[in-house]
Amino acid sequence: MKKSIKYKDIFSSYLFVLPAIILFLVFSLYPIFKVVELSFFEWDGISKFTKFVGFKNFIDVLFSNKIWWKSVLNAFYITLIALTIQNGVALFLAFCCDKDIRGAKAYRVIFYLPPVLSGIVVGLIWNWIYDGSYGFLNHMLTVLGLGQYSRAWLADPKTALMAVALIHIWKGFGWGFIILLAGLQGISRDYYESAKIDGASSFQIFKNITIPLMIPIFFLVSILTILGTMQIYDLIISTTQGGPGYHTEVPITRILTTMTGTSRFGYACAMSLVFGAILLILSIFQLKVSKKIER
Amino acid sequence: MLKNLYIYRYRTINFLKTFFSQIILILVSISCIFPLVWMFSAALKTQQTVFTDMSLFPKHPVWNNFVVAWTKANFGVYFFNSLFYTVVVVFGVIFIGSLAAFAFSRFKFPLRNFFYILFMATMMIPIPGSFISLYILLTKLNLINTRIGYILPQINGGLAMTIFMLKTFFDKMPKDLENAAKIDGCNKFRIYLHVALPLAKQAIAVMVIFTALGVWNEYLLAMLVLSSKTLMPLQRGLMVFQGSHMTEYPLLMAGITITIFPIVTIYLLMQKYIIKGVMAGAVKE
Repeated sequence: MKKSIKYKDIFSSYLFVLPAIILFLVFSLYPIFKVVELSFFEWDGISKFTKFVGFKNFIDVLFSNKIWWKSVLNAFYITLIALTIQNGVALFLAFCCDKDIRGAKAYRVIFYLPPVLSGIVVGLIWNWIYDGSYGFLNHMLTVLGLGQYSRAWLADPKTALMAVALIHIWKGFGWGFIILLAGLQGISRDYYESAKIDGASSFQIFKNITIPLMIPIFFLVSILTILGTMQIYDLIISTTQGGPGYHTEVPITRILTTMTGTSRFGYACAMSLVFGAILLILSIFQLKVSKKIER
Repeated sequence: MLKNLYIYRYRTINFLKTFFSQIILILVSISCIFPLVWMFSAALKTQQTVFTDMSLFPKHPVWNNFVVAWTKANFGVYFFNSLFYTVVVVFGVIFIGSLAAFAFSRFKFPLRNFFYILFMATMMIPIPGSFISLYILLTKLNLINTRIGYILPQINGGLAMTIFMLKTFFDKMPKDLENAAKIDGCNKFRIYLHVALPLAKQAIAVMVIFTALGVWNEYLLAMLVLSSKTLMPLQRGLMVFQGSHMTEYPLLMAGITITIFPIVTIYLLMQKYIIKGVMAGAVKE
């Protein structure tokens, strides 16, 4: 009798979690295992025929796929710019707003507007601004007498990657700003007051109070920036599609092209596992650095 | 005298700091808003004037662009698809997620921790290529190019975060409330529905907003799963339009305006909660 009540209880508890667990097993867990499995095969995605090739896909991705590594380097480049310029701008603006400045609330609302838009929308709007013949940027350059510098920003191999990175900054800095500002405002004003009474200069206060207290937040922002930017794709798809040549290819667009363009599903899986490993190494590296500095 | 001089100097420096801060903040604000204004302005020009008329607001605004985009360029269909997907996915995520979160928080059953940790692990570890096998799976299940094939993975995608947020909330719910309801003869489901859910209203509202933003802006899955124009959401529709009408900027910009209008409106109405949500999420982590 008691036992049957217990089983009934377990059964009814499982009814609560069952929908979530079923969805999770089918759409999260199974795909993960399938990616690992497929990465050892050659498969075009349609035919019943699959060929086991061992580590061949991985070896090819790692050692002889130059375009792949170019795409990884491109993502690194955009990430580096996001880490330095985007987060630098975000931090600077957060400092500006931290001093109970007039209109701080309005600035917060405005700066977070680009981050709520999709990468597709942002990319298409900037496509138009960067347009080679009729874009606003070239128009402004001409008005300012700098017409000789005008170009098709997204189609010129020299500027394409930088132009994309700038769009990414425009879209992303507001997010860093919000988080950094929250961190700054979390620092108790008493610290500042007592430091001032002790005669500390504003630079000393900045160096000895603000920076040390903000370090955990800096690391949070930078790890999220790294993971987010390395996996950038919709901004690329809506602006350059990886071109000109392979100048703005990033890992996700490479994986997509390998999968839907050339139908090499196994190879695409190997690529994504290599990319996952790169992300994991980056995260661990970042974690180690942050622990060292916090000490 | 000297003291006065110091105060004077201090005030001047402070004034200059505020002054320059304001100028920079205003300039950055303009750079945030300008591209959107420029988009809207192009949406009001004709195919001929859009390349020559550099005014911010054209003398003869062509409001008809929106009508053409809505009907002929199919954005009306895309809009209702987006709306449908957003409502269904948000409902699914909140319902299934809150049920699971309540059970993880309140009940004891075998493998409870195992499943909870599994959920959290997939949230933490990025698996950039799982969309490949998701595509294969949906093909096998005959769900490619169907609404349900686009909806189910997205419900799953929102679950981990919702379960995490709501479980932390339910963990704080006083045990007495639950016991009182039990004595009144409530079964588990009724405790969940009548006690737990109403208490979690605010936390749920935050999850609704963020899930909705995510679904409205989703692109990758839509690209892989949906190929019929009748099923596509706005983001996918925009790319399809751009692919076949490369230079029809006025209509494209009208389409983008239609796409972002609901997002921007909801953002401006809910900005307090959205920004608070972003801040809280970050500082807690």
